[in-house]
Amino acid sequence: MEDNDIRNILRESGTKARDIVPILLRVQERFGFVPPSVLPAVARHVHRSESEVFGLLSFYRAFGLAPKGRHRIAVCHGTACHVRGCVALLEGLSKELGIEPGGTTSNGVFSLETVDCLGCCAIGPFGLIDGVFYPHWTPEAAIARIDQLRAEGTNR
Amino acid sequence: MIRLAHPGHLEDWRVRLRDESRAFRRTIVVTAGVCGRAAGAERLIEALQTESKRRGLEHLIGIRVTGCHGFCEIEPSVVIEPEGFFYGRLRPEDAAEIVERTAGSGRAISRLVYRDPVSGRACPRTQDIPFYRKQNKILTDAHFHLNPDSLEDYVARGGYGSLSKALFEMTSESILAEIKMSGLRGRGGAGFPTGLKWEFGRRAEGRTKYVVCNADEGDPGAFMDRSLLHGNPHAVLEGMIIGAYAIGAAEGFAFVCSEFPLASARLGRAIEQARERGLLGLSVLGSEFGFDVRVIPGGGAYVNGEETSLIAAIEGRKAFPRQRPPYPSVSGIGGHSTTINNVETWANVPLIIEKGADWYAGFGTSKSKGTKIFSLVGRVRNSGLVEVPMGVTLREIVEDIGGGALQGRTIKAVQTGGPAGGFLPASMFHLPVDYETFVQAGSMIGSGGMIVLDDQTCVVDFVRYYLGFLRKESCGKCAPCRIGTRRMHELLGRMVEGTAEAKDLEELESLARTVKSASLCGLGQGAPNPVLSTLTHFRTEYEAHIRDKKCPAGVCRGFGPVAEARS
Repeated sequence: MEDNDIRNILRESGTKARDIVPILLRVQERFGFVPPSVLPAVARHVHRSESEVFGLLSFYRAFGLAPKGRHRIAVCHGTACHVRGCVALLEGLSKELGIEPGGTTSNGVFSLETVDCLGCCAIGPFGLIDGVFYPHWTPEAAIARIDQLRAEGTNR
Repeated sequence: MIRLAHPGHLEDWRVRLRDESRAFRRTIVVTAGVCGRAAGAERLIEALQTESKRRGLEHLIGIRVTGCHGFCEIEPSVVIEPEGFFYGRLRPEDAAEIVERTAGSGRAISRLVYRDPVSGRACPRTQDIPFYRKQNKILTDAHFHLNPDSLEDYVARGGYGSLSKALFEMTSESILAEIKMSGLRGRGGAGFPTGLKWEFGRRAEGRTKYVVCNADEGDPGAFMDRSLLHGNPHAVLEGMIIGAYAIGAAEGFAFVCSEFPLASARLGRAIEQARERGLLGLSVLGSEFGFDVRVIPGGGAYVNGEETSLIAAIEGRKAFPRQRPPYPSVSGIGGHSTTINNVETWANVPLIIEKGADWYAGFGTSKSKGTKIFSLVGRVRNSGLVEVPMGVTLREIVEDIGGGALQGRTIKAVQTGGPAGGFLPASMFHLPVDYETFVQAGSMIGSGGMIVLDDQTCVVDFVRYYLGFLRKESCGKCAPCRIGTRRMHELLGRMVEGTAEAKDLEELESLARTVKSASLCGLGQGAPNPVLSTLTHFRTEYEAHIRDKKCPAGVCRGFGPVAEARS
């Protein structure tokens, strides 16, 4: 399955150095991370060394090397959100989930990350769960939402 | 579909589009930029459409979904055309009444009318609202009037008329002269004269030349460029085509950070539409000039915005900056001349060509012409994007447009220019917004971020936040930046934790000067600015943290109770 997806992405992509980042972005979008096992195929496709591809992979923010949780929680840590108290929000989430930003809970349900600025400064501090915005978020509201998601998970 | 193979085709099409657009009695204009959507604009749009359909009013009232109107604080919001009524903070439940009233009497719905929180006065129309009244939206006014996904809307409003004028009534030289005379300067941060940059590109050797749109807007707390691409992507594209013609470039790249999916989708759509109509391609508008643009997705790195890093990224390498000269206009992508302008710079070009350099230079100060979009955020009542002529004072922006401090708070400074910028304390709010004035005052205009700080913002914590960001984003190529940002961040960490000693402050200051003078690119050279600028204006806050072990703003924990610290 994975191999097939990679083959399709590569088939539709160019073979120059400038195509590496777009290829990796598509892989990231497809899997939510870039499985290290794809490196040899990508490197062969663009006629570059694996280390060069890995260099780009590790340089840019967009890419992750490990799978994310089923629910992806992000907190905006832009400047405006910082002065509006996103650190407390982040710490509250971090404590509740028992993971640092960038981490994923051991059961693979939640991952927590920060984003640098989504340009929604007026609704800060805010977060996202699976792409849905939570404007003017407080640690309490965030934890309540997590509890909800946990309950939904056990009911399933 | 008619391909526009002659400037006359464009004008004919425009006339037809204008006739068609008169069909509606009134139009409900919904703002749906990123933050409008985050605040629920999509559900509102759905509700408006449902209500309109249910009542069979689709032929009477139009619903236009636009980009960002700038007043982020009260989104989702709508404007009713032609009266200009403005309703903010809407919920889907409000849709029925809006549809009914708009189709009927057309009077304002008083319950939804905006009230100025300062004076308590009702402001039924957009132009009554203090946030909008003091602005001068020559660039962003279009965001009210067009659907960004519609080339037709853009053309109906006169779009691509400047391109037609440039191609058929002007020469490359006269375009260059016009841009030079307008006084337009680079909006990405450095403020370099755009006309001069274009001239370097035009005079550069070699037949292959490129133009690039830098849309890697990376300053946290700033979103001007995204808003332009969300609200009016064709204006940016038209600017690029005109620039390419003046410079002699046949190919262009728009480098858009992959973290801005809406911006790259809108620009990508605009490019496709322009290609289909013959506004891009081998023969632009039937002329002998050929040009095409490609969107290049960025992987996400602050340093990508630096022009030599940007070139490396476009070529498919890690975004490491390099020594200048040679400047990109001499040697850029693949060693060819490359003229790189920021999104907002490109967006200004069609305006200047349409209305003339004299008109444009009528806005602003002696050395800073035109308008500038600022992202006014932080501890201020009205967050949003504001477009003002250069030369207005900081006070007008923060107090009149921004509505001043949050309830019961006192504003102490504005931080401008992004993480590499500086702080301007409230005592400097009389200063006019102007490139030179800001630099003399120890800051810079940069790309247009304005973060308002009040008595509950700790300057030391704030500076530590910036250094943390810069440490993370330092590409690592040169040691002063790689190690210096890390060490400065550590020293600031000790200060906010209450474990710093007097010598730490000396070390921070001396290190800041070294990093500033020894780093390779703007990221490292600018990284110490927050430190140096706050040491000039807010040294006592540092001393309170180090000597008295207190945080005057009550932000840094590990110190005594807040009340005590405030005394």
